[in-house]
Amino acid sequence: MATSVPYEEHPELAARFPELHPALTAQHAVMEANRCLNCFDAPCTAACPTHIDVPRFIKKIATHNLRGAAVSILEANVLAASCARVCPVEVLCEGACVLHHQQQEPIAIGRLQRFAMDTFYAAGGRIPQRKATARSQSVACIGGGPASLACAAELRQQGFAVTIYERRALPGGLNSYGVAQYKLRTADSLREIEQIRALGVTFATREIATEADLKELESSYDAIFLGVGLGAMHKLGIAGDGAPCLVDALEFIESYKLGRREDVGSHVVVIGAGNTAIDAAIAARRLGAQTVSVLYRRGPQQVSAFDFEIEHARHEGVTFLWGTLPIAIHHAPEDERTTLECTRVEVNRHGDFVLTADSNFTLECDLIIPAIGQSPLLTFLQRVRGLQIEKGRVVIDRASGQTTHPRYFAGGDCVNGGREVVDAVADGKRAACGIAAALGTAKEASHG
Amino acid sequence: MADLNCNFAGIASPNPFWLASAPPTNCGEQIMRAFDAGWGGAVWKTIGEPITNVSSRYSSIDWAGQRMMGLNNIELISDRPIEVNLREIAEVKRRYPRHAVLASLMVESRREAWHEIVKRAEDAGADGLELNFGCPHGMSERGMGSAVGQDPYYTHMITEWVKEVARTPVLVKLTPNITDIRTTARAARAAGADGLSAINTINSITGIDLDTLTPRPNVDGRSAHGGYCGPAVKPIALNMVQSVMADPTAALPLSGIGGVATWQDAAEFLLLGCTSVQVCTAVMHYGYRIVEDLADGLSQWMDSKGFRTLDEVRGLSLPRVTDWKHLNLNYKIVAHIDESRCIGCDLCHIACWDGAHQCIHLDRVEGPRDGHVELHTTPAAHTARSLGSIAVTPIPRLDPPREEHGPYQAPLARIPRVDESECVGCNLCSLVCPVEQCITMQERPTGEAAQSWEQRVAEAGTHTATETGD
Repeated sequence: MATSVPYEEHPELAARFPELHPALTAQHAVMEANRCLNCFDAPCTAACPTHIDVPRFIKKIATHNLRGAAVSILEANVLAASCARVCPVEVLCEGACVLHHQQQEPIAIGRLQRFAMDTFYAAGGRIPQRKATARSQSVACIGGGPASLACAAELRQQGFAVTIYERRALPGGLNSYGVAQYKLRTADSLREIEQIRALGVTFATREIATEADLKELESSYDAIFLGVGLGAMHKLGIAGDGAPCLVDALEFIESYKLGRREDVGSHVVVIGAGNTAIDAAIAARRLGAQTVSVLYRRGPQQVSAFDFEIEHARHEGVTFLWGTLPIAIHHAPEDERTTLECTRVEVNRHGDFVLTADSNFTLECDLIIPAIGQSPLLTFLQRVRGLQIEKGRVVIDRASGQTTHPRYFAGGDCVNGGREVVDAVADGKRAACGIAAALGTAKEASHG
Repeated sequence: MADLNCNFAGIASPNPFWLASAPPTNCGEQIMRAFDAGWGGAVWKTIGEPITNVSSRYSSIDWAGQRMMGLNNIELISDRPIEVNLREIAEVKRRYPRHAVLASLMVESRREAWHEIVKRAEDAGADGLELNFGCPHGMSERGMGSAVGQDPYYTHMITEWVKEVARTPVLVKLTPNITDIRTTARAARAAGADGLSAINTINSITGIDLDTLTPRPNVDGRSAHGGYCGPAVKPIALNMVQSVMADPTAALPLSGIGGVATWQDAAEFLLLGCTSVQVCTAVMHYGYRIVEDLADGLSQWMDSKGFRTLDEVRGLSLPRVTDWKHLNLNYKIVAHIDESRCIGCDLCHIACWDGAHQCIHLDRVEGPRDGHVELHTTPAAHTARSLGSIAVTPIPRLDPPREEHGPYQAPLARIPRVDESECVGCNLCSLVCPVEQCITMQERPTGEAAQSWEQRVAEAGTHTATETGD
């Protein structure tokens, strides 16, 4: 069992992926903090899935109580440093800022949070360990992403023994492998995870896949948290789907983050227009692509990416082809040329896609990146007896995270179908409290 | 355009804006640049036997990101030889005959010493004299400055000495570091002073460096109390100006000092009876150029109000200041929240609950209810409800849009409501509200004739009424 994680940042990465939102200077942070009105029962706090007490930490920054600011943030959100970087604050805390109603820029809450957290960790700060009586029960968390990390940290703080089972070499899930580098660097994700390890959470690098694996955990642990996320990305399902220049968006993001891919060729096509597609498209530009085209079968009014992400991509030189459907990949092994055949498509009033006649055209491409969503880990999840799954999502009680199998709790993407890191953290923490309550009750009952 | 010409007890200046005796009036070169910028007069940095200063000398109070809300100094009077200052006064007067140059004076408490400095200053061409009986630090330890100004006997004595020989108007600069500023004002008046200036700086320790534990300003590991000025002191100055000008045995032409930084500040001093105003901190912060808007803004305001001269403005607010016992107890105002302007910060709600009278509630959605505090949801319950809610990141275009929350820009649940039956009209909510004109105080006629406390007590025929006040 590794005590720290082997990872070295590729030397080119920092140059190609300067941070989207650079850190605030100390004086700028205080000035920004002073703009905050200190709302009562603040809408930003209510909008945050982890309910960070935003005015509280911001006013601590204003009084130069930086340690207090970071500690108060960590009370609510143990992955506060990465959330400060990756949260779509425009639709969360900053979107709820009352200053919008006064035609003013909202408070830069995300950047202030990052300032507090970076200052805290740079000074050698550690997540404060709560005083809790050691509990005899233990919990296993399957998957090492944000949901499990948050769940494990909270359980540990309440005195339980916790082991996170992660199949990959680096813990952190998408935080370490799948977030655009200009938002969150792998090194920053790992640094944060070390803090959780320091709380006493055990990390095991092991895949839990079979019924035998589950049985083993069930016999060793009092409760199990499913933070497994989602599975492989969907395939395009068109002719030529196996062409060598095809790589799905998550694999692509992971490969450049880990320094395995430095070149993307001249022409890149991304298929799909969700937030992951945008991350991949921007990365392709930064890695040197001359053209990056995002293909989406519907129009800009239907994309699931946030507006500010689309805007950012345009700013980086990404082209959007709306109402465009890929129909075949043509690969010529002799000269290694690949073209993507596309057609125009419209949605009729019944909601059906109708191909536009004679609209076919081809795009030359060195790399094709499908980003049309991840499939749920159904095969694995169905191995948990009695686990109810609806539309590919594990059904839970929202307040406690408990699944239909009373010893299993769940949170994060496997429950919500794929949302943000902060949603996973909130799920994980709620489930931890649910587990603690359930185990507390069980213990009392056994003594009763 | 309004006429800003100012005549202060015979001292003429093209406008009422004078530089106070301080670093901005340290030498002739500075004062001439100030006159070029538009200042009407200047009170020379106090002339006396040259002193030695320390470094550092200033410290300040910042507030919520704004610099120098208040400034403190431990600098003494002029460190330049008397003859140099006097020579420069002559030079300034020769080149700027229309501007007012006053010599601020401070010498040891001997009749001959005062006689000599008065004659020399007037011979140099000073239009008037300001006796520095106010400096609260350093000089007071040597029996000068506020050591004189805190004692009506000495104030009277030295003013009388000066008046024995002075040919120009004599102003006595009053210290605020005294229980009742009227006592020294009366002494100055009784001794024949032609005018007053108030206030000098207020004794202060602005703060302590929490690393070194040394108060600021730090002079080699130690500090001493200084004199406080700047925007923070204006309310104290206005009160003292009013108390002097409302007392017929104290009132004289008064040059108002204390936190004047804008034309509005200046207008307020004039309205309480000042003939001119003196400015220092704002110039130390931004330079002489600020006089342009002081003059322009005051002139525009006078035009808009139909005032033609400063004489028409002076003292207009004095009759509107009275003793508490004369205020009308039957006047009732209540807070009114303009829902269309409200941004939902709910600062008025928490201010009213924790700092006032518990009558602003967040009950528009659940249904308004008037009455005593126990009927309402507490602030802590509101917060707990939010923290207990489950929030998720909305996925654009897939998640249903956030539910409509009413006809206003802020969600209805966050627009507070005033229970007028409980509102005491204290103003607090309108003071904390960050939106202009969102919370206004509106009169609710009580139908009762005006009645003051004094009248009520008289009608009751007793001075032992049970009502208590603070």
